[in-house]
Amino acid sequence: MHELSIALSLLDLVAEEAERQGADRVLEIHLKLGPLSGVVKEALLGSFELARENTPFAETQLVIEDVPVRVLCPTCRTTRTVVSIQELCCEECGTPTPDVVSGRDLEVVALEVQ
Amino acid sequence: MSSETRLIQVRQHVLKQNDVAARALRRRFQDAGVYVVSLVSSPGTGKTAFLEKLLDLLRARHRVAAVVGDLATDNDARRLARAQVPIRQITTGMACHLEAEMVRNALEGWRLEDLDFLFIENVGNLVCPSTYDLGEELRLVLLSVTEGEDKPLKYPPIFNSSDMAVITKIDLADAVEFDRAAARRSIESVRPGMDVVEVSAKTGQGMDYWPSFFEERLAQFRKGRAATASKAGIPDHV
Repeated sequence: MHELSIALSLLDLVAEEAERQGADRVLEIHLKLGPLSGVVKEALLGSFELARENTPFAETQLVIEDVPVRVLCPTCRTTRTVVSIQELCCEECGTPTPDVVSGRDLEVVALEVQ
Repeated sequence: MSSETRLIQVRQHVLKQNDVAARALRRRFQDAGVYVVSLVSSPGTGKTAFLEKLLDLLRARHRVAAVVGDLATDNDARRLARAQVPIRQITTGMACHLEAEMVRNALEGWRLEDLDFLFIENVGNLVCPSTYDLGEELRLVLLSVTEGEDKPLKYPPIFNSSDMAVITKIDLADAVEFDRAAARRSIESVRPGMDVVEVSAKTGQGMDYWPSFFEERLAQFRKGRAATASKAGIPDHV
């Protein structure tokens, strides 16, 4: 369970960015999260609620966009989604491949500020 | 004073700080020519026993050292000290994983140029360590025969973030009716093509594989480094 420390790192990053942009309030944090990041969405949302207490971000919402795991399929020769994170196979043709192109994401993409 | 709502693009990794520290470490390891291997597994898989054997096998011909992470004790470091190589302990306290900065601090005062191999034993945990780059060249994920063949399916990110799998306590395989084929299928499913090596630190089975494996890796690593050095002066992005 490392989501609390992730949530604290997230707030540090947001505080820094908000200051740089001269924002008074941060309404929403938009985060991209992939299932191979090792971070669990529900745990992160729960930890975020704890981490934001008694900070300038007490009202800030965390909006998480789930990023699917995509691989470069050697058979289809293009990027494809996988069957599941337990089964790294091209969803179209079934070829197994470790060549992950997305799904490890843990990235702040945007902030909605005032 | 405008209170207009606006959207600003950020695009930053949440663990930027760890990533920056890990990149700096990787560069230092490359400059020093030390091949760095990290070990991850659940508690009780036998990381320390495996590492103890590895250090013992490598120390006759190579300069080796290790840093070990533990939540609260220095038991592992004391065990490893018997191998008579430099050992440093990282006591993480509340943290369930190592971070790049902890590794950097643990290395303080060591001359990395004087080493061939550095091992990093992570805290026993199959979840959190997957998220943190430590600057290592090779990440080994260990799985013991007593843990259940489907463990990789339960923890895909750690298997996915690792480079090789090691099945430990193979001497107990028959006693616990370990299904080798099923375990290999699980690993193959979450990380197609991953190499798997079976070992027993107790009987020594499978341990003779490692010295030549690491020697080969070290030679490749230093060759790659020499190639990079000969291109010095060419900017990174070219």
